[in-house]
Amino acid sequence: MLESLGQMFTYSFMVRALVVGLMVSLCSALLGVSLVLKRYSMIGDGLSHVGFGALAVASALGFAPMSVAVPVVVGSAFLLLRVSERSKIKGDAAIGMISTGALAVGVLVLSLSKGMTTDINNYLFGSILAMSESDVWLSVVLAAAVLTMYALFYRKLFAVTFDETFARATGLKAGFFNALLATLTAVTVVLGMRMMGAMLISSLILFPAITAMRVCKSFHGVILCASLISVVCFMLGLMSSYLYNTPSGASVVVANILAFVLFSGIEKVRGRKLAK
Amino acid sequence: MALLTCKDVAFAYEGKIVASNIHLQVNEGDYLCIVGENGSGKSTLVKGMLGLMEPVHGTIRYGDGLSRNEIGYLPQKNPLQRDFPASVWEVVSSGFAARSLFLNAEQKRLAEENLQLMRLSDLKKHSMMELSGGQQQRVLLARALCATRKLLLLDEPVAGLDPLATREMYEIIDDLHQNRHVTVIMISHDVDAAARYATHILHLRHEPLFYGTAEDYLKSELCHTFTGGEDDA
Repeated sequence: MLESLGQMFTYSFMVRALVVGLMVSLCSALLGVSLVLKRYSMIGDGLSHVGFGALAVASALGFAPMSVAVPVVVGSAFLLLRVSERSKIKGDAAIGMISTGALAVGVLVLSLSKGMTTDINNYLFGSILAMSESDVWLSVVLAAAVLTMYALFYRKLFAVTFDETFARATGLKAGFFNALLATLTAVTVVLGMRMMGAMLISSLILFPAITAMRVCKSFHGVILCASLISVVCFMLGLMSSYLYNTPSGASVVVANILAFVLFSGIEKVRGRKLAK
Repeated sequence: MALLTCKDVAFAYEGKIVASNIHLQVNEGDYLCIVGENGSGKSTLVKGMLGLMEPVHGTIRYGDGLSRNEIGYLPQKNPLQRDFPASVWEVVSSGFAARSLFLNAEQKRLAEENLQLMRLSDLKKHSMMELSGGQQQRVLLARALCATRKLLLLDEPVAGLDPLATREMYEIIDDLHQNRHVTVIMISHDVDAAARYATHILHLRHEPLFYGTAEDYLKSELCHTFTGGEDDA
């Protein structure tokens, strides 16, 4: 098994998948912590469906998929943020409408242009073969931008996440940082979508953050732990995908589910010890 | 010149006036307590003073070197924050987040000092989740002090606290006012405590029912009906 794992990286498509996957796992774990705590997690899910629609339309019209999807999804991120800030209950419904609507348009366009082929399957559930050389470069550059922005504005993002009213009162431009968060999320979602699939990419945002919160009780701790969980689960998923020929996106999600169960168990045991 | 002056201020939500005719002046060293029932416009006035909401009428002016962003604010309890994974230190130092990207040495020193003032030094590395309600409020007060030492605006600081923690909170605020020369504006239900600690009282029911010194307020009929348990309010 070790031998075949070693062999894994002699394939250039595997190396590409690994590079993009690690970048995306890291970015989505970082952003996921803020999104989950701000009760914005549905935005990630909504964005991935919009991304699917954008990719489908782009490929039908013969444009480079990423160059269409990135601006469309960033634009939708602003829209969804607006919607969810205005009113809580209606915001939920609006996100649902936008995401299912985009999904439907995407499916329609794809089936009209090429017929329902394996293509649609790849878009929805991801493909490890989907990464081209240019995708890798774009991913590296964008992921580096996301990580830099996050590191630079870490304390401000914490302040806005923890208590937006206080942040605003002390003169922090909360609206700007919410928009920054949404933009970075949009970019990450588009990057990860090809490999993880439109249906599964939001799990990368949700799982590591929630799993880390089982055991870590400081923001810093949760951030570090979530990043680590995300990266490890991605590696495990990718390996199993290679060794057992399982779909890559689904394998990564299953690894995340297992991590969640494990960490929940640790939390329970700890809670019992504390209670004694 | 006053730190904060409200001149004939009125606020409205979607065209409906919720507070009006508000004149007030907060000078350095004052301890103003704004009392009134739920829905009397207190929290709206707070938002206005913080610059989070524009008045539909009148003006709010900041003076004496105080700018709008220099108000140390202690918000009302937010239920979302109860399960928020954050250490005491992270929350307190976030009081500086608007100022700079990274914490500098001076800010670290100030944060430590504020923790000490709030009797929280031992809990620095603890998670907010592990603290009692009173301790959590003190953490948020330490954060407010990081934002400024000039003017504190406290929105229902003792809401939901047990009697012991309530008394401790009042004593800490009183200590800041008396010994650290912090100007305080406090929103409260608790007329008794307001009259005991504050220098000035504003009693609000959409419009000011009383505005003046705490001494005069104690003599007023309004104070007696409000504290005497007669429920005309």
